[in-house]
Amino acid sequence: MNNKTTIVAPQGKQEIFVTREFAAPRELVYKTFSDSALFSQWMGCRNMSMEVDRYEFKDGGYYRYVDTDPNGNKNGTHGMFHEVLAPQRIIQTFEYEGLPETGHVILRTITFESLPGSLTKLVIHSLFQSMADREGMMASGIEKGVNESHERLDELLESILNYTI
Amino acid sequence: MRRDVFQAIADPTRRDIINLIASQQLTPNAVAESFDVSRQAISKHIQILTECGIILIQQKGRERYCSIQPEKLNEVTEWIENFRKSWDEKFDKLDYLLKQMQAGKNKK
Repeated sequence: MNNKTTIVAPQGKQEIFVTREFAAPRELVYKTFSDSALFSQWMGCRNMSMEVDRYEFKDGGYYRYVDTDPNGNKNGTHGMFHEVLAPQRIIQTFEYEGLPETGHVILRTITFESLPGSLTKLVIHSLFQSMADREGMMASGIEKGVNESHERLDELLESILNYTI
Repeated sequence: MRRDVFQAIADPTRRDIINLIASQQLTPNAVAESFDVSRQAISKHIQILTECGIILIQQKGRERYCSIQPEKLNEVTEWIENFRKSWDEKFDKLDYLLKQMQAGKNKK
């Protein structure tokens, strides 16, 4: 099984594909998205606690969850489930509330593909309103000052090669 | 035309050139010999990489050598690596959760 997370951000396009394989049947992987109690256990970042505010997992349902960072800052994310099609696909809108202005909405399609040997390939496709939105999202993971330790050139090049275009 | 690190790595041949020069300084001719494409094409890629600030060409004696400017590449790694890491962290937790769920099911 390939448990490497692959990020594909095609040049000149407003989209990002995040791909990862899991050692579990897809019904189970799907459940970790459909069940809010399970979803909240893995969706938060390492240093953040995550709370689900609302999670109406159905066509047209609303969801909102809130991350709290170690300093106590709260940032919400909300959207609508456009279509939930168990166990293969979820289509939803996604808006991060921590941006300076509202309206930067992402259309996200999550697909669950069964692979031989009870494996599941997860693909999260995000479609942004603009290139600037996409680049902003990719830049949002940056924590300045923590990078000195992994600035070795081989690591740099490895990550560049992972940036499949 | 856009000349930044993202333009530099947008092309697979340019990524290979970066990889090649990363481990050793080479003359443009030596770089060209490592590829099946024409010398002119490689020369153009090297020019773009230079304009993007990824490659520095220095005169040493009678030869010109290409060397990598690693600090420029940090711009891209910081971006992509941190984005990937944020997903990696989530997915590692999801791995663990799935393992627990499956272990629980087997016990029943």
